[in-house]
Amino acid sequence: MANEGLDKAISGDYALGFEIDIETETVPPGLDESTIAFISKKKKEPEWMLELRLKALKKWRTMSEPHWGKLKYEPIDYQAISYFSAPKEGIDSLDEVDPKILEAYEKLGISLEEQKQLAGVKVAVDAVVDSVSVTTTYSEELKKHGIIFCSISDAIRDYPDLVKKYMFSVVPMNDNYFATLNSAVFTDGTFVYIPKGVRCPMELSTYFRINAINTGQFERTLIIADEGSYVSYNEGCSAPTRDENQLHAAVVELVILKDAEIKYSTIQNWFPGDENGKGGIYNFVTKRAICEGENSKVSWTQVETGSAITWKYPSCILKGDNSVGEFYSVAVTTLAQQADTGTKMIHIGKNSSSTIISKGISAMKGQNTYRGLVKIQSSAEGSRNYSECDSLLIGSECGAHTFPYLESKDTKGQIEHEATTSKISDEQLFYLRQRGINEEDAVSMIVHGFCKQVFSQLPMEYAVEAKALLELTLEGSVG
Amino acid sequence: MSKTTIKIENLKANIGDKEILKGLNLELEAGKVHAIMGPNGAGKSTLSKALVGHYDVEVTDGDILYKGKSIKEMDAEERALEGIFLSFQHPVEIPGVNNAYFLRTAVNAKRKHEGKEELNSAQFLRLMKSHLEELGMKPDMISRSLNEGFSGGEKKRNEILQMIMLEPEVIILDEIDSGLDIDALRAVSDGINKMKDGKRTFLVITHYSRILDYIEPDYIHVLKDGKVVKTAGVELVAQLEEHGYDAIEEE
Repeated sequence: MANEGLDKAISGDYALGFEIDIETETVPPGLDESTIAFISKKKKEPEWMLELRLKALKKWRTMSEPHWGKLKYEPIDYQAISYFSAPKEGIDSLDEVDPKILEAYEKLGISLEEQKQLAGVKVAVDAVVDSVSVTTTYSEELKKHGIIFCSISDAIRDYPDLVKKYMFSVVPMNDNYFATLNSAVFTDGTFVYIPKGVRCPMELSTYFRINAINTGQFERTLIIADEGSYVSYNEGCSAPTRDENQLHAAVVELVILKDAEIKYSTIQNWFPGDENGKGGIYNFVTKRAICEGENSKVSWTQVETGSAITWKYPSCILKGDNSVGEFYSVAVTTLAQQADTGTKMIHIGKNSSSTIISKGISAMKGQNTYRGLVKIQSSAEGSRNYSECDSLLIGSECGAHTFPYLESKDTKGQIEHEATTSKISDEQLFYLRQRGINEEDAVSMIVHGFCKQVFSQLPMEYAVEAKALLELTLEGSVG
Repeated sequence: MSKTTIKIENLKANIGDKEILKGLNLELEAGKVHAIMGPNGAGKSTLSKALVGHYDVEVTDGDILYKGKSIKEMDAEERALEGIFLSFQHPVEIPGVNNAYFLRTAVNAKRKHEGKEELNSAQFLRLMKSHLEELGMKPDMISRSLNEGFSGGEKKRNEILQMIMLEPEVIILDEIDSGLDIDALRAVSDGINKMKDGKRTFLVITHYSRILDYIEPDYIHVLKDGKVVKTAGVELVAQLEEHGYDAIEEE
């Protein structure tokens, strides 16, 4: 049959599973006030930040882990996780970064050295290994434009007014169980501020890497686009191959003021675990944007190929009149991966509009759920939404589920929803093979075709990376 | 003695549990146009599928020799790379896959197989454009998705475009004329006739004789109940039209 070899073809090896052999300083597992005091001290944080963290911890202890997602996993022992791990030696500039880290990033396809020198395509990179940001390139050059691009720890020390004003303004401290946990223990992450009227001259990127054993990664990212500004920001993630599950509970907050735009792209490739569901990252992330001002725009593009479990809904609060929210997603679940992902579009401003394009691909025993909410409040006169959710199944053991929730209080609001589920047909595969294209290439061609609408939203070099990643995930090419 | 490209020996093949080909013998002469005619259910499409290694068909006995070697166990893509091309009766739509990208991948897979240098995008596009014009196809065929939303005529022309660009040695045309208006039929048959070079072998599978007015066959083979029951020259067409397949007795 045409499906012969297909299982083999889609059980791709995880090529980023190497471990960086560097000395790290890791706190013993466990979470209480002293852990938080330790983190805060390590980060040389001002007193007010420590107080906020402790407040979050107190709140978190009163909450319980949510289980409404279509996800199955063993209970998480929060006292068995180490909440801080850092490469041992302190780092001030790129030259001081352990060569092993740089080498590791090169393996990931991001050479910080090279990027520093390349004059052509400039991508400013912040790299986070475990709990610390190890290097941020191009900060100096960005400063000339008044752009702040630094680690969140630096921002807390250097730009307290901006941080106090905007942190927790989009994702409140007590928003949900994982966001509250993050508020208490977040270790690093990225801070970006684009001043009024500035168009950021280069792509900004952060690479997150969980390296140390038994650690969780809790980064926090805050991006503010002031009036009339624009920025395109990309994040990538990976982790070593391990038998234990590791927790990643991040928070991302985006603030977009009048006439400003943020384009936020994610390529998530955390370790997915094996075909029996052993190991892999639990990716429980809260991402939210607020389009605060008129004519503001936010666009989330995500390519989710990794993690054992993905539970995230990058959302848009469309508060400004004529504001625009977009969500483009490709989520791949293969092996025994589970993903429950989607978006929320909350229309508050007049004539606000939103677009949702979600592509789920399931293979082997992968389970893929789209869950999305479109809410048009009575104030959001003339608002509209278009949603399209397509699922592609490869093989017969996987599953796809779609839960669209629609609420419209404005009778004139327009909501359109389309959903399809299709299988890679034997007929399509055979057609390509009859033209001399081998089975693996044929599968990848069909899958890429399916994802086209989303990939076209990614910046060029990331679209190439996303394609390559998909190939790696689905095609078993030896990495 | 002329050269045989494909020799089918006592071929028996099932689709599901049902035996469709029941000991079929057929020799295709290099450089000639062979037409396979026969009533519905005779096994015409099964024969074409068996030749290209389609997953529906299970060969239970006999053999298919291509240039003297058995291809019975060969993968579909391997047969294609070796030069066997099937123009599908109903080409499948593949959303989001760019037509030019697909065709370049196919052309380069074949060139690589033959040890030739692969074509870069510019070289390929130039070539594709010139063939599009010849076939009276619109330039947007370059940017559209493979067969997606194509009319019946566009799909068949796209099959012929692929045939021309892949330069196969054996060309199987399965009901190439179905669903074509007269202009499309002319464009398609012009494309096919240009491929005749005295070396390529054609197998034209058809229910109706109309296409044979445009692509002149050298041999007519009549297929009935899973076997070739008669082989003759083009004069057989007139006889079939007059008396139908019932009048043909096994030789």
